[in-house]
Amino acid sequence: MDWHQLWEIASAPDNVPIVAMLFLVPFFAWMGFRQARANDKLIDQLEADPQLAKTHHRKTWPWKPHWARELHVWPYLLRIEFLAVLIVTIILYVWSITLNAPLEEPANPNLTMNPSKAPWYFLGLQEMLVYFDPWIAGVVMPTLILVGLMVFPYVDSNPLGVGYYTWKQRKVAIGAFLIGFIMWISLIIIGTFIRGPGWVWFWPGQTWDHNVVLYEINRDLPDIFGITTQPWKGIFGGVVVLLFYVLSGLLIHWIILRSEFEKKIFQRTSLLQYMVFQFFAITVLISMPAKLLARQLFRIKYVWVTTWFNI
Amino acid sequence: MEPDKPDKPAIQPPEEKPVAGVSLIERVRGDVKEDIDLLKDKVSKENIKEEIENLKDPTRTQLYKSMFRVKHEPTPRSRSLGVLTNVFLHLHPAKINRDAVRFSYTWGMGGITFYLFIVLTFTGILLMFYYHPSKGQAYQDILYLENDVPFGKLLRNMHRWGAHLMVITTWLHMFRVVMTGSYKTPREFNWAVGVVLLVLTLLLSFTGYLLPDDQLGFWAVTVGTNMARATPMLGAEGPFGPQAGMTQYNDVRFGLLGGSIVDANALLRSYIWHCIAIPVIVSVLLAVHFWRVRKDGGISGPAPVMLESEMRSPGARAVKQSVK
Repeated sequence: MDWHQLWEIASAPDNVPIVAMLFLVPFFAWMGFRQARANDKLIDQLEADPQLAKTHHRKTWPWKPHWARELHVWPYLLRIEFLAVLIVTIILYVWSITLNAPLEEPANPNLTMNPSKAPWYFLGLQEMLVYFDPWIAGVVMPTLILVGLMVFPYVDSNPLGVGYYTWKQRKVAIGAFLIGFIMWISLIIIGTFIRGPGWVWFWPGQTWDHNVVLYEINRDLPDIFGITTQPWKGIFGGVVVLLFYVLSGLLIHWIILRSEFEKKIFQRTSLLQYMVFQFFAITVLISMPAKLLARQLFRIKYVWVTTWFNI
Repeated sequence: MEPDKPDKPAIQPPEEKPVAGVSLIERVRGDVKEDIDLLKDKVSKENIKEEIENLKDPTRTQLYKSMFRVKHEPTPRSRSLGVLTNVFLHLHPAKINRDAVRFSYTWGMGGITFYLFIVLTFTGILLMFYYHPSKGQAYQDILYLENDVPFGKLLRNMHRWGAHLMVITTWLHMFRVVMTGSYKTPREFNWAVGVVLLVLTLLLSFTGYLLPDDQLGFWAVTVGTNMARATPMLGAEGPFGPQAGMTQYNDVRFGLLGGSIVDANALLRSYIWHCIAIPVIVSVLLAVHFWRVRKDGGISGPAPVMLESEMRSPGARAVKQSVK
């Protein structure tokens, strides 16, 4: 184990945010899910006892009838905001006094940085470049991720769970978002901690070797099946991609419609909503890990090879 | 300061004297005596004492009243007006759900993100005083800032780490909104605005990366904009790009960089996007974002839990009707 190498990566000032994310995301996920569990317990209790449901104030926090339902913003909210501002300011000062913003040599187009990494929040996209051609990883995927996020509220036809933490009532929506969020952060972590010079995969603790030579032979999927000429490669790839979409769609459908509750939600979902959901779920959430595994486990570079584009 | 207080003897208006028969000198002398009497009255001990007494309570001064418009007292009316009549605070409602102030519900991430935007604007403006967006000079400016400008290093560090922190808080804010279902009707549109703000936050951070004009920024931007080459239809190396007439001198990457390489024009464009264009767009969208938070009923909760048995039938259509 080369602890020094690991420390060098983790302590690089520009990597501090992603190290912080390693702690912050689990912490806030824990905080959210703790409240979700408490609410779910309450929901079960109320669902079982209709009489209680009529009288209960329906929050897990204490409540007494003579308490005011609302507070004055001045001072009860403003003092909290003021406190938050003070704390953030102190954190920022301490961070800025202890760590210096990096400044490298002056820009030199003749001297390539190796590894040449994007800022940490874009490392997910840079890592995606390994698995997809630049037009997908750099343009189409980011666009799809953003459009997918924007349509998220419009395809979520579940009317429950507005304004409170819950898991039982919103498994599909929260699950889908978490898969995407965790995938995004994982790609960033791979890009930060694992990718070394030449964008070569170094396990944490392995020394970054600038002269490493890789004997990796990447193949295209059609070649494995002995299809080596166009247009058969293109046709074969198209069929495989089509099959991938159909099978993934069926898999997603099977997974999310396990319970009676989800079937009820499905009845409320219009065909358009469901198709859009399926499209983004397959294209963004499934194809990314599928391509990653195909590449890392089977050394498959392209699935669909045509004369105009490769996927 | 209270002009309508009838506390001192009113000064007698000068009597109309017949003009004829009075010499000019006497008239002048009379006027002067009157003025002196007025002044004497102003500087009299009682008057000064009273004026000082009035200043002791600043909230009664005209100056204070002109600034704050409402008296601050611990009464519900005064507290509400204190928020509603203040341009900086009127973003808030006068009253909120008693559980909404809990940290565990909102995590405070939206507000912190906005505060960081203000911090970054502030430190960014200070940095602009020391920075020329020109090749050669830019790097020297950073060295000057780091070594000679008082607190220059701290300033640059705060801008850098503040930017990183803002990316983190934006993500966590989005995470919270998903976890609490706050993007649902009637807040769908505000969520979409939020997604655009997220993109702009990342772009702000990214355009700032090139400005020190060092190896880190140069290569990050080179890698980043090389992806633009591959844009379908619009990039010289993207699918169907050449067929659409794209070369490296007219494609989308050329437009981003203001040239075919990362050079002086790219630095200038980056600077304008970073310091002017994107912050202006972000400010406008922030206004929309906050406005919609209020118009859509304030922050989403903590709301009472809803039960599955209370779910009303056919959904998509019911939702459509509930939007007026």
